[in-house]
Amino acid sequence: MADLSCTIAGIPSINPFWLASAPPTDKKYNVVRAFEKGWGGVVWKTLGEDPPVVNVTSRYGLHKDFKGATLGINNNELISDRPLAVNLREIEECRREWPDRVIIGSMMAVMEERAWKDLAIRIAAAGVHGIELNLGCPHGMCERGMGSAIGQVPEMVEKTTRWVREVVDIPVFTKLTPNITDILVPAEAALQGGAHAVSLINTVNSIISVNLDHMAPNPMIDNKGTHGGYCGSAVKPIALNMVAEIARNHQTRDLEISAIGGINTWRDAAEFIALGASGVQVCTSAMLYGFRIVEDMIDGLSNWMDEKGYRTLDDFRGKAIPNTVNWNELNMNFDLKARIDEKSCIECGRCHIACEDTSHQAIRIEAKDGGGRRFVVIDDDCVGCNLCQHVCPVDGCIDMEEVNNGLPVLTWPDHPKNPANKAAAE
Amino acid sequence: MTASRPNRPSSPSRAEKIDAAFRDLHPALTSGAAVTEASRCLYCYDAPCIRACPTGIDIPTFIHQIRSGNLEGSAKTILAENIMGGTCARACPTEVLCEEACVLNKGEDKPIQIGDLQRHAVDHLIEQTHAGAPHPFQRAAATGRSIAVVGAGPAGLAFAHRAAMLGHDITVYESRPKPGGLNEYGLAEYKMVDDFAQREVAFLLGIGGIKIRHGRALGEDIQLEALRQAYDVVFIGIGLGGAARLAIAGEELDGVEDALSFIETLRQTKPKSKTPVGRTVVVIGGGNTAIDAAIQAKKLGAESVTLVYRRGEDAMSATGFERNLARLNDVQIRLWSRPSAIEGNGRVESIVFEKTALNGGRLQGTGEVYRLPADHVLKAIGQKLRPMGLDGLAAENGKIQIGPDYRTSLDGVYAGGDCVSTGEDLTVQAVEDGKRAAEAVHQALAAQSVERV
Ligand SMILES: Cc1cc2nc3c(=O)[nH]c(=O)nc-3n(C[C@H](O)[C@H](O)[C@H](O)COP(=O)(O)OP(=O)(O)OC[C@H]3O[C@@H](n4cnc5c(N)ncnc54)[C@H](O)[C@@H]3O)c2cc1C
Ligand SMILES: Cc1cc2nc3c(=O)[nH]c(=O)nc-3n(C[C@H](O)[C@H](O)[C@H](O)COP(=O)(O)O)c2cc1C
Ligand code: SF4
Ligand code: SF4
Ligand code: SF4
Repeated sequence: MADLSCTIAGIPSINPFWLASAPPTDKKYNVVRAFEKGWGGVVWKTLGEDPPVVNVTSRYGLHKDFKGATLGINNNELISDRPLAVNLREIEECRREWPDRVIIGSMMAVMEERAWKDLAIRIAAAGVHGIELNLGCPHGMCERGMGSAIGQVPEMVEKTTRWVREVVDIPVFTKLTPNITDILVPAEAALQGGAHAVSLINTVNSIISVNLDHMAPNPMIDNKGTHGGYCGSAVKPIALNMVAEIARNHQTRDLEISAIGGINTWRDAAEFIALGASGVQVCTSAMLYGFRIVEDMIDGLSNWMDEKGYRTLDDFRGKAIPNTVNWNELNMNFDLKARIDEKSCIECGRCHIACEDTSHQAIRIEAKDGGGRRFVVIDDDCVGCNLCQHVCPVDGCIDMEEVNNGLPVLTWPDHPKNPANKAAAE
Repeated sequence: MTASRPNRPSSPSRAEKIDAAFRDLHPALTSGAAVTEASRCLYCYDAPCIRACPTGIDIPTFIHQIRSGNLEGSAKTILAENIMGGTCARACPTEVLCEEACVLNKGEDKPIQIGDLQRHAVDHLIEQTHAGAPHPFQRAAATGRSIAVVGAGPAGLAFAHRAAMLGHDITVYESRPKPGGLNEYGLAEYKMVDDFAQREVAFLLGIGGIKIRHGRALGEDIQLEALRQAYDVVFIGIGLGGAARLAIAGEELDGVEDALSFIETLRQTKPKSKTPVGRTVVVIGGGNTAIDAAIQAKKLGAESVTLVYRRGEDAMSATGFERNLARLNDVQIRLWSRPSAIEGNGRVESIVFEKTALNGGRLQGTGEVYRLPADHVLKAIGQKLRPMGLDGLAAENGKIQIGPDYRTSLDGVYAGGDCVSTGEDLTVQAVEDGKRAAEAVHQALAAQSVERV
């Protein structure tokens, strides 16, 4: 049996699965239910100074595919709308009743040193294992100078992190917003401020859809809508890249990462850990299916680790980082050709039309004797882009076969067609 | 109508039960189910399902339009190729047409329910037009040409619609009181619930430019020669109105009836429980008409229904789906037997069958006979062309001979549907014939105009 216990920014956790700061961690009732199901930790719903904020209805918009499956959620919810004292009391109770589970206190305040420090001190006093700085909320709070309004300014990221570090002696997580151009900038700022870890990503600023009858963005609040934070499966690729950027950048590689964004299954979690995350946080998936989803996350991850012979998370943590490189380091002599397995082909024509209309006109249709169609790859025209493989509805029907061309590894900087090399040669 | 049975007290609940038995064979898809099913479609390129549809409906496109929420567009895609897409969605043996060709059969999946999706889209649009939305197609500028159509069945009406759309004026002559042909009088009740045949015809006529004259039979009230004089073109789509005879003793006894006339009575009777049916019904034949008659007799409350066919099951022209449906409805199927006499005293009491076998590829009686009791015999051994008013038209295989472009042997006379030599006894083929014949006529008329200039 694989051992899923781990240490995140020095905090021991029975497993890497934490609930992200959001409605699932809004109060003791939810948190206890989550712990009962097996979650290793929670990041409490973000706390602010009293008086508590007031929310609007409705709060969520869903982005679905044709089949009705949810791709992502967007929300316009603010931070905790309950009095600070109530939250702190419940945190204390949970800490006492669930000593083996992690509770991180999430917080935000206006851009004033005293405000950050006072709040951090009070939250730490409740017994949390660490403090997470919410510098990411991209709606509502930012209009009051908080959330992403701070997270988007590197100097403010550094300052808030430092302020909190100065007054508490527990690990500090700076939660980053993806609503920036280069994630390394705020990550480095957090590092400068003394963060033990970065949590990312918070939600992506978005309008989920437009109600064409009312001509207003969804969700509508009295016939008007606002932009909100986008999360769930759809943001996972964005989060993966941002995590990888931080993990492979030599300035930031020592920052611990609590990875967040579109984690639905153990496999998603494993991918983040392979890119260097110490642990993961989940919000949307729990909101869609309930806390029970952690059971398969635990079970699936441990089965997969057993299968692969990984005893602990450290055995594969960061293993994908060395293989995540810049485009310039890719081997340009590597060549693939599409191979279609005629036996499993169901003759839908999707590969042909995809290649014909939008790729390299490399799949020809031939009439088969006795009816039916045969789809044939023209090797000379196939550039190996693998679009056809992706659109083919039959698993394993199109294979990308490596061409053994005997050529050595060649990267763009060394490529003869690189104008820079031509100039140098001349 | 001669079959009858002792008058049983007909309690309202029995009538209701029987009406309930005739409800939709496949209930309409809900919007959610339609989108889910549409989402399974692979949106194939040059899709095989299109080629398997006799009218060539662009199936992947109409399904994609359902998925995107463009139901009007979807229905228009269907109706552009098949103006009776609503009936075809209900009556087509999709299991041997489009759905058989669906590529998903080759994978590990069920084919897309193309028929049900088609119905979903078309019903939506028909409802909208009945609620006042305009007809989805517009007529071209008037050509000043007038065309006579004989028969308001699928072939005649599909012809009329397309020809009207191309700018011609159409008069349809129909012997019966209602339009629709076998859509109204022949298809099984449970495929055409809620008066769909009439609702569809009303929708189709919404294009304008089509007049229907009912109670006007070719060969009786009107003559082909007169129509040729009065109109630029005549299109004949009279179907197969005559029933084949068994030509055995006892065929004239009371209680012996053509299956089609039984279905016709059923289709026009309300409530269904008022349709006369025997207690012990024997249906003779192996096609879909035989199956439909047997199932409907059973649904009306017959105690036993036995379908007897002279060959083996795989030789039956009824599809596997239909045979299964019959068995699910408790119809007994007996094979390798042919009737040799019908017995009774004024009314039918039993039928004598002789067992058959294949001998060197030929069907022969074995000499072994047996008797089945019957108080109602339904004959479904094929429909024939009734040669009324068709003088001068060359025939082929007992039907009207047509050449390329649906031309008959008489100048300016076209024909299509069940009544022509290439007829397939499928609604969808009749619609395709009507549509293509109208296009051929349009081309021919246009060419004539050019010549005249
Ligand atoms: C019992 C039964 C069940 C069937 N079930 C199915 C099914 O489930 N699916 C399927 O695809 N197909 C089915 N068919 C076949 C399908 O109904 C026909 O192929 C289709 O209706 C042919 O259309 P048509 O226009 O050629 O002829 P018809 O539908 O027969 O229409 C001919 C029209 O011409 C009129 N007419 C005839 N003679 C004259 C005259 N002398 N003067 C004026 N008018 C005349 C008739 O009254 C009728 O309205 C079934 C057929 C039968 C008999
Ligand atoms: C309704 C809702 C409320 C949220 N509130 C907070 C919050 O108070 N503080 C915070 O740091 N993040 C908040 N988030 C962001 C999540 O913690 C998380 O970063 C984001 O949803 C991405 O993870 P996911 O894809 O698993 O949902 C909220 C998300 C949602 C959906
Ligand atoms: S790999 Fe790309 S270029 Fe080659 S056949 Fe497939 S789609 Fe066409
Ligand atoms: S996409 Fe796949 S199944 Fe479809 S035709 Fe191409 S190879 Fe065959
Ligand atoms: S063959 Fe099947 S999957 Fe392909 S377009 Fe037709 S219905 Fe859709």
